[in-house]
Amino acid sequence: MNKEEKVELYRRMLRIRLVEEAIAREYPKGEMRCPVHLSIGQELLPTLVSLVTSKNDLAVSTHRSHAHYLAKGGSLQKFVAELFGKSTGCSKGRGGSMHLIDLDVNFMGSTAIVGNSIPVGVGLGYGAKLRGDKAVVLIYLGDGAVEEGAFYESVNFAAVRKIPAIFLCENNNFSVYSHISERQPEGRRIYNMVEGLGINSKYLDSSNPEKSLVQLSNIIETTRLTQIPSFIEIDTFRFLEHCGPAEDDHLGYRESAYIVDAKKKDPLLMISLELVGLIKDWDKVMAEMTKLIDEEIEVAFDFARNSDYPDPLLEGTSAFAGAKS
Amino acid sequence: MTQRTYVDAVNTALHLAMEKDSNLVAFGLGINDPKRIFGTTSGLVEKFGQDRVFDTPTSENTMTGVQVGLALAGIPSIVTHQRLDFFLLAMDQLVNSAAKWHFMFGSQQPVPITIRLIIGKGWGQGPTHSQALHAWFSHIPGLKVIAPSNPRDAKELTLAAIEDPNPVLILEHRWLHNSLGEFDDSYSLGEIGKVRSLTQGKDVTVVSSSFLTAKLLGLNALIKDLDLDIELLDLRSYSPIDWVGIFESVRRTGSLIVFDYGHTSGSIAGEIIAKVTENCFSSLKEPPVRFAVKDLPEGTSFGYTRDQYFKDEDMIYAIFKAAGKTLAREIELRSTTPHDVPSEDFKGPF
Repeated sequence: MNKEEKVELYRRMLRIRLVEEAIAREYPKGEMRCPVHLSIGQELLPTLVSLVTSKNDLAVSTHRSHAHYLAKGGSLQKFVAELFGKSTGCSKGRGGSMHLIDLDVNFMGSTAIVGNSIPVGVGLGYGAKLRGDKAVVLIYLGDGAVEEGAFYESVNFAAVRKIPAIFLCENNNFSVYSHISERQPEGRRIYNMVEGLGINSKYLDSSNPEKSLVQLSNIIETTRLTQIPSFIEIDTFRFLEHCGPAEDDHLGYRESAYIVDAKKKDPLLMISLELVGLIKDWDKVMAEMTKLIDEEIEVAFDFARNSDYPDPLLEGTSAFAGAKS
Repeated sequence: MTQRTYVDAVNTALHLAMEKDSNLVAFGLGINDPKRIFGTTSGLVEKFGQDRVFDTPTSENTMTGVQVGLALAGIPSIVTHQRLDFFLLAMDQLVNSAAKWHFMFGSQQPVPITIRLIIGKGWGQGPTHSQALHAWFSHIPGLKVIAPSNPRDAKELTLAAIEDPNPVLILEHRWLHNSLGEFDDSYSLGEIGKVRSLTQGKDVTVVSSSFLTAKLLGLNALIKDLDLDIELLDLRSYSPIDWVGIFESVRRTGSLIVFDYGHTSGSIAGEIIAKVTENCFSSLKEPPVRFAVKDLPEGTSFGYTRDQYFKDEDMIYAIFKAAGKTLAREIELRSTTPHDVPSEDFKGPF
């Protein structure tokens, strides 16, 4: 990774962070009337993925999908409008924060039920294979999803039919407030277990973005070439509460030493500290970067505020596609 | 035209659909096995190859999600489940993905998927191989739920389901598979959401579906002989329901009975009676009757199934009651067929 690439990694991560912080800041006003699962702290993996995949590759995601959507290049304006429940939103206000889509960049949808989008992603990957595309499908999931049957069924089917699927597991150790030690046996590592299912599997160390990028690139290109699916696990830390704009550490479900340590290892912070020594006047560069992103965010929020709510009366009463009324 | 079986009709529809749309894929557990799902998938893999016709892992939920993903990638699919009951493992993908995707992402992508669900009836099927859950499925906006009652409809409605831009569930009653009827080999589409009037009568509207329609058609000569003129409507689609067709008939006859092979509470029969009562109240001369299966699981034993399968005479009495008529004479039915098979030649295990 050269200097420019590192700056670009930082810029993309910062953009996600600032968007999420803006949502957290504005949320108490009550204009965004849907649950939000913010990605602050979890920006690294989707950003690395964005550096080594193309628009042609497909992606599906989870309830905590903001970072995945933005890193894939999803429209910021349509995203904020969706949170505001407006007709200009990426799902016309029908989905909210947990149902994001931008077909222009092949972000094919994020869904709210744990494990739900995994089989759909495998189906999309199978479709790409049958059509003869060179695309891979990026399937984001969390550590909770590997406790769902759909995950195993999907890995198995992808392996048996050789579907170019990349399962991307962000392990933040918590399913809402339940620690992984309550949910999975001691000593088991998710990536080790998945290797036993007969696909490529790799653990990425979030404190080493440079190495992680190389590993990620290799594994994705291997899948593209061999059509053997891959699994990637990365350790990560969710800064804010499971759902909502605030911190929830007063609840005491995470040990304070763990929190302090994780925040010290925040990948965004670490990369910034590294760039101080690499880039002349990094503070100024960073300030300029922040200003441009903030402007973009302001435009998106204005767009959302100025858009109309959907009018169900104009849309008819049928839930069916292709219906006349 | 020669008489051909319902199985042949389903098989013909699958061949026609695969020929017409080179994107269409067919899969399901056992579709390429030696029995070929009671013969309904015969000849497909030989003609269309392993890429388009394939056996799957025993993963009902994920295979339904794969159907959704394929549909979003522009590839429609038809999947077969040998028993509806196993498909209950797929409720997340059916309800949260297939039924919702088009709506919840702002109508950007339709989800053209077709799912055949075979309802196992007959001896020994028991509590978890015999369930008819069309009322459940019909409760979910965004799903179409149909049940062809004869070979011609089996062909034409299966083709219509495959062409439909929505998820469509086809409920195939196992007792219909050997039934005979006329149909040709042309690519002809039925219309989903329309009742078919099978007998034009003035005394009472009889709404029925699937195997019960076939059964009632068989009883109609006797009913006529007993001096009752019934209008038998074959429902064909549980979602959407052809309300106009039902209301028009009830307004003509002034009375209604609905037969349903699902459990009574929360049934499609109950829904039809509720809607007719709301919309045709002043036309009704008699209280409507719903005739459905007891709210008990089906026990496996021959003893238990007596209560789960309808007797001809009970059905006829109920129709007369709904019509507000009394029977002119006692019905004499000398059927020796056991209650748990459609005919003497229907042998288990199935």
